[in-house]
Amino acid sequence: MSTLTHAFGDSMTMLRRNLRHALRYPSMTFSVVAMPVMMLLLFTYAFGGALGAGIPGAGDGAYIDYVAPGIILMAATAGAVATAVGVCVDMTEGIVNRFRTMSISRAAFLTGHVVGSAIQTLIAIALVIGVAVAIGFRPDATAVEWLAAIGLLILLTLALTWLSAGIGLVSRTPESASNTPMPLTFLPFLGSAIVPTDSMPTGLRWFAEYQPFTPVIETLRGLLMGTGIGNSGYLALAWCVGLIVVGHFWARAAFDRTARR
Amino acid sequence: MTTTSPTTAPPAISALGLCKSYGDKVVLDGIDLAVPEGTVFALLGPNGAGKTTTVQILSTLIAPDAGRARVAGHDLTERPEGVRAAIGVTGQFAAVDHLLTAEENLLLMADLQHLPRREGRRRAAGLLRRFELTEAARGPVSTFSGGMRRKLDLAMTLVGDPRIIFLDEPTTGLDPRSRRTMWEIIRGLVTEHGVTIFLTTQYLEEADQLADRIAVLDRGRLVAEGTAEELKRRVPGGHIRLRFSDAAELEAAARHFGGAARDLDELTLRVPGDGGVPALRAVLDTLDDAAVRAESLTVHTPDLDDVFLTLTGHGTPDTATEMAR
Repeated sequence: MSTLTHAFGDSMTMLRRNLRHALRYPSMTFSVVAMPVMMLLLFTYAFGGALGAGIPGAGDGAYIDYVAPGIILMAATAGAVATAVGVCVDMTEGIVNRFRTMSISRAAFLTGHVVGSAIQTLIAIALVIGVAVAIGFRPDATAVEWLAAIGLLILLTLALTWLSAGIGLVSRTPESASNTPMPLTFLPFLGSAIVPTDSMPTGLRWFAEYQPFTPVIETLRGLLMGTGIGNSGYLALAWCVGLIVVGHFWARAAFDRTARR
Repeated sequence: MTTTSPTTAPPAISALGLCKSYGDKVVLDGIDLAVPEGTVFALLGPNGAGKTTTVQILSTLIAPDAGRARVAGHDLTERPEGVRAAIGVTGQFAAVDHLLTAEENLLLMADLQHLPRREGRRRAAGLLRRFELTEAARGPVSTFSGGMRRKLDLAMTLVGDPRIIFLDEPTTGLDPRSRRTMWEIIRGLVTEHGVTIFLTTQYLEEADQLADRIAVLDRGRLVAEGTAEELKRRVPGGHIRLRFSDAAELEAAARHFGGAARDLDELTLRVPGDGGVPALRAVLDTLDDAAVRAESLTVHTPDLDDVFLTLTGHGTPDTATEMAR
């Protein structure tokens, strides 16, 4: 068998291992779903009336259509925290050293983690979308727009997962692995997830418009709700692909470094 | 135990001048090794001697700073993949997946060894039976005892049928019964499967029980190498130590024990003997007959401490057995 078939087979084996962990100990997956669902309920019912009144076209209970795409992103960031913790905890297990002394693909361990976490995060995203629709989110997307939105969410999830896998590898304790991705979970708030950026003061607005989450949120909102996308689509794609490449190589290098000590 | 002649068969493991430092701390300071195929080689030494580092280097986990080594005919730095395909490693800390069951752990290994599914299942079932883990096979490993975990760890190493097995302190922390079981398993591997075993241990007894050749590692250097018999010949025999309340009692006792060494400062008498029951009874009878009262009696069997004292001039923490007062 060729090296490539082995690399694929080993990655699938590692993926099965991670999914089995997730099924047997679902508390982490549950928290990835619970956080954004709480946010969704909070922003729809508690703050929605006041916030919606200040946004053109989002008044009279229509605020959920504005905020839901932003909340969907928060599910992706919650997944990132879970990934970092999961990788960090796994690295403390003796079995990783066993993997290293076996004739298996070097990339398989990380690929298994990243793909496994990405699948869990995407399930969480689907659940959040389901809850949003159940409480009144009414996207007007066509099938093609849905496909594009799903594709974008997959890319974003992969980008965040590779980054957080790297964070998990360089973190010495599961606590720091859980704290380091915190800024990621705040970024959607400092973008256009909850309110439009043009309602913000100049300095913050400049940051909000140029940070990676805003073009992703705007693209998602455009695809699902038919608002204008402009050049946000290309920016979102560039950010996601860029972060996947950077995160991938960073995590791979960090994994090799932990071996040599 | 050895069937192949070391002169004709190429060694399964050979190393020349292995060095490793972490910062200023020199962990290995030029290690040379040759382990013939189908033999058991023990690396004996106290904590911090560099045993685990040696295993980590030879199993491709870390790279040496200097030196070369060949394992299963492959150069360690040039062909680590070849080495990995031939070896199995069971470390000091159980390298098992605690979130999976014993059976799932074994099947995970079978998948990573690229065995066909049916063959993987067959081997997993066989190993569970052999290590008496069948009943616990579907329970989570997190509920296993230390001995069960170590057995599972070794079983996982064996899934890939390795020709060379590294065992890093395979019985440290195990109760005496589990230790015996582990020894039997290790012996079986050599006699029935002809594998080469490289094991590290802190216990002379363990090396004595299992190994064809023993190397003594101290502060990153090999200070002696030979068979168990050769090493023991260099170590003073066991003794029974008697302590007395005053010098007069000591003198009185010394007259009845020819060949015993007196220590007037400590008020002790070292009587040569193996510490077995007959030897002890003889000592006690002699004391009774002479009507001398000893304060305490300690049995001292030759152990790593003696090996170390003899070979290096400094000891490990005292391991004498306090018997009675």
